Amino acid sequence: MIKLKTAFASVALAGSIAAVSAPAMARDTINIVGSSTVYPFATVVAERFGRNTDFPTPKLESTGSGGGLKLFCEGVGTQHPDITNASRRIKKSEFEQCQANGVEGITEVKIGADGIVIANSKDAEQMNLTLEQVFLALAKEVPNPDGSEELVANPYQKWSDIDSSLPNKEISVMGPPPTSGTRDAFVEIAMEGGCKQYDWIAAIKKQDKSQYKSICHSMREDGPFVEAGENDNLIVQRLAQDKDTLGIFGYSFLMENAGQIQASMINGVEPTPDTIADEEYPVARSLFFYVKNAHVGVVPGIQEYLAEFTSEGAWGDNGYLVDVGLIPNPRGVRMKTANAAKNLKPLTGSEL
Amino acid sequence: MTDQRSQAELVRQSLKRRYRKERRFRLYGIVAIFIALASLFILFADIIGKGHTGFVKTTITLDVTLDSETMYLDDPTDKDQIAMADFVAPIIAALQDHFPNAEGRAAKRELGRLVGSYAASDIRDLLEANPDLLNTTQTMEFLAHDTVSVYVKHADDPSYSIRLSEQQQAWVDELLEKGVVDTSFNDVLFSRGDSREPGNAGILGAIVGSLFTMLVTLAISFPVGIAAAIYLEEFAPQNRLTDFIEVNINNLAAVPSIIFGLLGLAVFIGLFGMPRSVPVVGGLVLALMTLPTIIISSRAAIKSVPPSIREAAEGIGASKMQVVLHHVVPLAMPGMLTGSIIGMAQALGETAPLLLIGMVAFIVDVPDGFFSSATVLPVQIYLWASSSEQGFVELASAGIMVLLAFMISMNALAIWLRKRLERRW
Repeated sequence: MIKLKTAFASVALAGSIAAVSAPAMARDTINIVGSSTVYPFATVVAERFGRNTDFPTPKLESTGSGGGLKLFCEGVGTQHPDITNASRRIKKSEFEQCQANGVEGITEVKIGADGIVIANSKDAEQMNLTLEQVFLALAKEVPNPDGSEELVANPYQKWSDIDSSLPNKEISVMGPPPTSGTRDAFVEIAMEGGCKQYDWIAAIKKQDKSQYKSICHSMREDGPFVEAGENDNLIVQRLAQDKDTLGIFGYSFLMENAGQIQASMINGVEPTPDTIADEEYPVARSLFFYVKNAHVGVVPGIQEYLAEFTSEGAWGDNGYLVDVGLIPNPRGVRMKTANAAKNLKPLTGSEL
Repeated sequence: MTDQRSQAELVRQSLKRRYRKERRFRLYGIVAIFIALASLFILFADIIGKGHTGFVKTTITLDVTLDSETMYLDDPTDKDQIAMADFVAPIIAALQDHFPNAEGRAAKRELGRLVGSYAASDIRDLLEANPDLLNTTQTMEFLAHDTVSVYVKHADDPSYSIRLSEQQQAWVDELLEKGVVDTSFNDVLFSRGDSREPGNAGILGAIVGSLFTMLVTLAISFPVGIAAAIYLEEFAPQNRLTDFIEVNINNLAAVPSIIFGLLGLAVFIGLFGMPRSVPVVGGLVLALMTLPTIIISSRAAIKSVPPSIREAAEGIGASKMQVVLHHVVPLAMPGMLTGSIIGMAQALGETAPLLLIGMVAFIVDVPDGFFSSATVLPVQIYLWASSSEQGFVELASAGIMVLLAFMISMNALAIWLRKRLERRW
């Protein structure tokens, strides 16, 4: 019986130790949260940083841009993250939330750009679309083709139905599922970009923002738009096999498969690193991360991580992030950003 | 008389039909078992078919000349020089020994992409540890780049070669023939944490993380669960309050696990200020989730102890506590242990509640304690399965096989304990 009692006692003791011992407030690992689009770049930097320095490898959680900024702005203290990644700029409201919670010094680092392409097989002819045509082809409800100011379920089945200059082929587009950041960006930039060309829809935005969003952001569900999984290889294989299908994905992926697929021109612009970097290509966005200045010096290694991320070897024209698909900023912007990051220049809020 | 005969006649007539009915009934059962076994077989065949290559690594063995000029490095003990040195150059030079025709920047870049990204730091680590090796030639084994690795492992499937240029494929084929590129057992999988490069990614970090998490879960849920079960079964008065508690425990067992994650986020992280992503919080959340299972199975085990044992003990003058601790609990222990192990096996496979407390994260370093950032086995599988690199597909399946091995051994332990300790009356 004694055995049983000691067993009980030791298990109970272990339990209470585990439960009671106060959480170690000092933390030596950098905590990073945020966008799933920036995640592939940030993880590569973090892994290299951990391997090439004496600091532990930073921990990364992929929470989405909004989720990351919410966690980031909750306060100062080691239970809160040090850095958050974002595939869009911090919003004024988020910045104010941060300020209200005492997160005052925030350094913004713009790491590069990301373009979203609509591509098809090299065996098919290259498409030249406008954002309006993209919207008409893929939206759930579109303005009545007879020109009246009302919405009808998307009637277009062939590209030539939308515009006679487009090929006489079935509309068939494969794209990312709603869980993907690429989908969010595509919907926000390309679909909304085409949608607001209609003045009467743009006017709805002022009256009823959520109705405007549901008009512009809803993808059609009647077949021509197919949600593929997040497996890029699957999309490329489909595009290679079926030359009438188009696919939507990040520019980095087009680059890796340039032998088999080609990007469509949008508004007459072909996606290249140059057109994406200077925002000439319309479906492009910048990627950022934000640093909590109050944590620099408290959690070791933040400045060194910044230095690694902003080094030419990482985000430069021939850096290792380019191999993963980042589109670098022009060298002048990089130099300025790297300098601002080094000096931890805080956002004032007026630039947002 | 005639009545009886006709009745026997009736029975005889229907007999055939009844036998047929029974045969059909048995056939349904066999079909059901067959369907279950077939789906299990398909699942295993798929996982093993995809995952077996995950246990193989591809290496490139090269004679590397650690020349101080190509690396821009005179003194490996100087930190500044180490930081500025070029450790990729000697690898490319060693590869060029095999392919003297590969000249020019683009060709060199393609050559350099045959080895994994850890190759350069392997050379740096070697030189930092042994500065004397500068300007010598060393035979070193590097992990091949992911694209090379999947190409070698799936030579018969063209979809695995789309990321290698034709030139690179020709190089790899030649190196394979020479024996420079080779495959062997993937020890990296069991000795490292996660990585963005499939070749360098290991599952050890997740195994250790699972271990720490499970220890916390066990240390809390086992004593609390058993104490609650003993009290409710042996000491608690039968009234409205205990009925209410009982109903709630049964309800808790059916609560979706994500709810426990929300609770953990609000209480342990929000209220107590515990850090995110640590095994302690994960263990606490999973302990809450496992508690109802343990309480219910422990109560069933206590109930199944025959009343004669209690009566006999009371009959010779044992106190209530003596009856419980000396007789009932030891006899119910096998059932309690089985329930706990099954509860733990369930917790081991859980990901949903861990998502909310930050244990779904990219963590490279193997955790070294209850308060260091960690992830667990099923989360690691999820992270790999959602990565786009081809090499992660096989790693995810290999991870599933490791997780299944843990599950099967835990269940085997439960069966063994029951067989060994169980008493029959």
